[in-house]
Amino acid sequence: MASYQSLDIKRRSASTSTPPVVRSTALEVAKLIDVSKCIGCKACQAACLEWNNLKEEIGVNTGVYDNPHDLTPNSWTLMRFTEWDNPDTGDFEWLIRKDGCMHCADPGCLKACPAPGAIVQYTNGIVDFVSENCIGCAYCVKGCPFNIPRISQVDRKAYKCTLCSDRVAVGQGPACAKACPTAAIMFGTKDDMKEQADRRITDLKSRGFSNAGLYDPQGVGGTHVMYVLHHLDKPEIYAGLPKDPQISPLVSAWKGGAKLFALGAIAFAAVGAFFHHTIVGPNKVSETDEENAADLAEEGAQAAPTPETRAL
Amino acid sequence: MAVEIERRPLIVERTEVHRYPASARVNHWITAFSFILLTLSGLALFHPSLFFLTDLFGGGANTRAFHPWIGVVLALSFSVLFVRFWKHNLWNRDDTQWTKQIGDVVAGHEEKLPELGKYNAGQKMVFWGTALLIVVLFASGLVIWDEYFHGLVSIGTNRLAALVHSLAAIAAILLIIVHIYAGIWVKGSVRGMTQGNVTGGWAWRHHRKWLRSEVKGDGDGH
Repeated sequence: MASYQSLDIKRRSASTSTPPVVRSTALEVAKLIDVSKCIGCKACQAACLEWNNLKEEIGVNTGVYDNPHDLTPNSWTLMRFTEWDNPDTGDFEWLIRKDGCMHCADPGCLKACPAPGAIVQYTNGIVDFVSENCIGCAYCVKGCPFNIPRISQVDRKAYKCTLCSDRVAVGQGPACAKACPTAAIMFGTKDDMKEQADRRITDLKSRGFSNAGLYDPQGVGGTHVMYVLHHLDKPEIYAGLPKDPQISPLVSAWKGGAKLFALGAIAFAAVGAFFHHTIVGPNKVSETDEENAADLAEEGAQAAPTPETRAL
Repeated sequence: MAVEIERRPLIVERTEVHRYPASARVNHWITAFSFILLTLSGLALFHPSLFFLTDLFGGGANTRAFHPWIGVVLALSFSVLFVRFWKHNLWNRDDTQWTKQIGDVVAGHEEKLPELGKYNAGQKMVFWGTALLIVVLFASGLVIWDEYFHGLVSIGTNRLAALVHSLAAIAAILLIIVHIYAGIWVKGSVRGMTQGNVTGGWAWRHHRKWLRSEVKGDGDGH
């Protein structure tokens, strides 16, 4: 179950009722991941497994440092390692991005979800999956612009980073931020994290990373997990981080216009049929039709028509 | 005149024409019930205000699990129906004429229409439309059947499949509304599918060419 009260819910999947607003003034939180400070130790991955009481299967080494090879229902965060030759400086750069849910302000998963209350967004910006309401349809996977949710083949529930909503609810930071030895992962209010990012970006720029910047994509309304990138102009080099992520127009059409169109068209057809019957009346077979048919059948049987029944 | 007088003769001849054998009827109703279950479970997951329909299937997760299997039943059942009926649904000149006179059809002025074979153009359009939509629904449905076909195609294709699946479903539901309403409006039709026969008068009125061929004995019975 989710770690907050229903009072803290700002948005709820597949629900049209107005959410409670008394706490809507809550501060928005954010996790800031400073990619330039990450040393790739995977303490965050270990802390995530430990705090959330998850176990990842022992995998195989395929020659890269990524372990496991992708996000899974058990691994909600993953260090993605990229070796990159900077064509401008000739330097070799090791880009290590901690992948996981971005906690979008406009979450595609929540928009796509058909199960009421299976995905909620709290007033502090955290997007959480409420497993007891999840039906395992994987629509959230289609909705997500970052390819984050994973469906368990064991229990058919969707899983992803909760931003440690249970810890945040009692005033603690996420487990990954607590474990990070270089403070590459920081946690606080979104405003504070932006300020912190500004200082880091100024520092990076002074060191020659002229394109350093904050990744807080506006296509999804901004995110509650942000990255400081040395190369904000090319986010794709960080293991495919999308440059301008947004909810796919296909998902918007499917979850927006299609719904109204469908119910409208179906209602129109049903009401139209009702009034057709009201106006035109039933299409009935007359006695003459029956007699004509009988005559035809008798002709077919080479018998003479029986005129006595036609005497009207 | 506000009052119509109808004098009924004491003896009226009744003829019955065999229209559907039991196998076709069973085949049709398996398809029909599958379609209704698919509509209820599909709409439940399509619009939040219809999510309550999942209660009919034992909750959201069960609805999600059952829906594609019902789809498989429908696809198999309709395939048999298709093989059975496709020959009778080939388009001919009378159908073009019927379509041109759709105003007379809707107004119930059947005496102005050409004599028709076993099916009229509207029935044929429902038949081919349903066949096409079932192919689209089955293909797009397999793609988004995450339990067994996860990762079969890219997420982008998945999104497209979800949209196509819902649009095709809407179109299919609209066709079925036409189909069901036609059965309600044209009295005497439903017994063809429930009991297997129609009255001669019904055949005379709506499918006279078919009746003539049945009388001659060159109809194939289904």
